[in-house]
Amino acid sequence: MKYKPVIGFEIHTELLTATKMFCGCEVGFGGTPNTRVCPICLGMPGTLPAPNKKAIDYTIRTALALNCDIQSPTYFDRKNYYYPDLPKNYQVSQNYNILGVNGYMDFSMGDSRTKRVGIDNVHIEEDAGKLMHPEEKAADYSLVDLNRAGTPLIEIVTEPDLRSVEEVEAFMKAMKNLLEYIEVSDCKMQEGSLRFEINISLREKDTDDFGTKVEVKNLNSMKVVSKVLEYELKRQSRMLDEGKKIMPETRLWNEVTGKTKSMRTKEEAKDYRYFPEPDLMHIEISSDWIERVKEELPEMREEKKERFIREFSLPEYDAEVLTDEKKIADYFEKTLAKCKTPKAVSNWIMTEVLRELKEMDEEIDEFPVTPACLATIINLIENGTISGKIGKTVFEEVFKTGKDPEKIIEEKGLKQVTDESAIQSVVQEVIEENPDTVEKYRKGKTKVMGFLVGQVMKKTRGKANPKMVNELLGKELQE
Amino acid sequence: MTISKEEVKHIALLARLELTPEQLEQFTRELDEIISYARKISSLDTENVKPTTHAMQVGNILREDEPRSSLSNEKALQNSPEKEGPYFKVPRLVE
Repeated sequence: MKYKPVIGFEIHTELLTATKMFCGCEVGFGGTPNTRVCPICLGMPGTLPAPNKKAIDYTIRTALALNCDIQSPTYFDRKNYYYPDLPKNYQVSQNYNILGVNGYMDFSMGDSRTKRVGIDNVHIEEDAGKLMHPEEKAADYSLVDLNRAGTPLIEIVTEPDLRSVEEVEAFMKAMKNLLEYIEVSDCKMQEGSLRFEINISLREKDTDDFGTKVEVKNLNSMKVVSKVLEYELKRQSRMLDEGKKIMPETRLWNEVTGKTKSMRTKEEAKDYRYFPEPDLMHIEISSDWIERVKEELPEMREEKKERFIREFSLPEYDAEVLTDEKKIADYFEKTLAKCKTPKAVSNWIMTEVLRELKEMDEEIDEFPVTPACLATIINLIENGTISGKIGKTVFEEVFKTGKDPEKIIEEKGLKQVTDESAIQSVVQEVIEENPDTVEKYRKGKTKVMGFLVGQVMKKTRGKANPKMVNELLGKELQE
Repeated sequence: MTISKEEVKHIALLARLELTPEQLEQFTRELDEIISYARKISSLDTENVKPTTHAMQVGNILREDEPRSSLSNEKALQNSPEKEGPYFKVPRLVE
């Protein structure tokens, strides 16, 4: 490639507080429109905002996790623009004395390589409401739901330090994982609680001059970000090849056409006229406050890994895989709460669960086999109700149908046969049907035992208790 | 002049105001007078003065993260010139 991509991000994440940034309305997703609103978040004249202390805690926590300097005192500023999703006609944000500045994040590139991305700043703001545009062509109106307006939001602005699709993908995964580990957001991209906006420019090889930067919004999954990046890299290099000038602009991704499109500039007159928010006083962040936030920091990856090894006697490799993502570690612990065999749970997750998850390309929250289901399957194997092999069949069924494991076992008649006389009679049958093999065994070729066990299992459709089959068969063959 | 007609037009656009040519003349003249008056403050030497954002010096006025009841949907929409179902209704925003 003639050009080198220069990529940065603006990341918005909604905080896991109970209430909004400046009022006591509850925060949530969905529900009846315009029911989690009050005079403050509706922007009624004469109301006064009061900042949510927990949201400030979470912003400090995020800034610390991203190795930022904490600026104190920190102030709020007004960002002015008129759009109906913003009832006050300004968004309270930070522009001058931002809470967290000059940070960085190191992340793994999947092998031994580590990459560092600079964090320009981490600041507090409030989310806007949601707009709906009716499908009918004739409809000359839009609808506004302000339930989300005022939800505590942090924005993380990176330096333009990323240089490839590969780096972008590893970065997004690491950023999401970090935010999940520090428990400031649920990071549900489909619900918009984590949003990536990407800035892309190209520069000629062998120069240090940055090209003109194009921003793309409306990206609701990491996969889409990758697609957008690939599309923009092609579009921009083609334009440069043709000697065209790239305009600084905001583009929107269109999933249907697979293209980005320039946002009409009418709404986009970027003149936010920031000024200090007169309704809100400064916030002084003392070293005691910072210390308290540090103490409240949830268990991070390394600590969790050590604990899994210590508490559950897991091999280091298992602990490494299970803690790679916070949500996988949570799934492990939730399963373990309902059964008592850490290594078995670990094995199931590392093989079956992670394999299916990878194929589904989904988050573990969406995984049809819940921790409770997996615990049931493991318990049924442990107490001998089903064999390990049948356990996998049951897992597949739960995965496909979402049904309760015990119901599946009942319906399909998968219960393990532990009735000695029933197994004995099948063993007898197999011995009678395979005289040659039995002969070989008796002449010392004990390896054929496996074949005979297989025959018994086949006849019982995998339901015979393997341990009993081995015992009974062994006894018969000795005679 | 401390402000041009073009700037007034731009400000009007940002404020979503539609001005007639006469109003444009009028507001340009009036804004010029206001800005000229306020500019007097610039003659002071503020070289070593920290920017003042608030008259009061109290900080850390925060609230605990505790829910309080919201308005009912009916109340929330009460003053809206137009509504549809539980929504505020506004002029179409996208093509």
